[in-house]
Amino acid sequence: MGLQPYLILAACLFAIGLFGVLTRRNAIGILLGIELMLNAVNINLVAFARYAADPAGLIFTLFTISITVAEVALGLAIVILIFRVRLTVEADHLDLLKG
Amino acid sequence: MTLEAAGFWGLAPVLLASSLAVVLSKNLFHSVLYLALALVATAGVFLLLQAEFLAAVQVLLYAGGVITIVVFAIVVTERLVGERLAQTNRGVINGGLISLAVLIWIVVFIAGAQLPRTAPPPPGDLTQAIGRDLLTRFVLPFELLAVLFLAGLLGALFFARKEE
Repeated sequence: MGLQPYLILAACLFAIGLFGVLTRRNAIGILLGIELMLNAVNINLVAFARYAADPAGLIFTLFTISITVAEVALGLAIVILIFRVRLTVEADHLDLLKG
Repeated sequence: MTLEAAGFWGLAPVLLASSLAVVLSKNLFHSVLYLALALVATAGVFLLLQAEFLAAVQVLLYAGGVITIVVFAIVVTERLVGERLAQTNRGVINGGLISLAVLIWIVVFIAGAQLPRTAPPPPGDLTQAIGRDLLTRFVLPFELLAVLFLAGLLGALFFARKEE
């Protein structure tokens, strides 16, 4: 079992997550797509750590997992706040900054 | 066929199918449940790569923590608006083309790279190695992570305060 299948699996996951981020209308759906992309990166990091026999990749994964959890918690808090003010989570309707 | 290969080819279709369901499902709640399945399958991939500690962290933090938060957010926003959050995709063709282009680009790059075909033997207890390196080689990022969490906690308190 080589390294290549893991990297290609992670690339497919990343592309699926990117598709979700680009096409979802709902802000929570966009956050879920970002989750998938970060997950793909984690698979890459763990696979490289295994095949390079260096625990640094595992520690990077630990960091990305922790940071992602913080990011999702605050991102969803912002989504809920926007929802309270604008009564929508459609990303297309959130164009306050549009000139 | 080794056990690792069998596990990989068993997990990869589950992972890809549940990820596709996350981005294509009409019902946001179903999307989150498929995301939980994808995250647990990722924990399985971590187990195949002999990172047992990270598999446990993945299940605890992601499948436990993140899914709970997202479900909570969906419930709150649905209660506020009083209707089901049906969600649709827009620009499917453009988004699909861009994603496909990125995928092909990465796969071509991987296909041209020199990659190891066999894994080296696992260097002893990885959990112990993670703990040791975290508090020696990576102690500064570790402490910075604590600062980040403090900032996140303050931000969450700020968001949750009562309007004056």
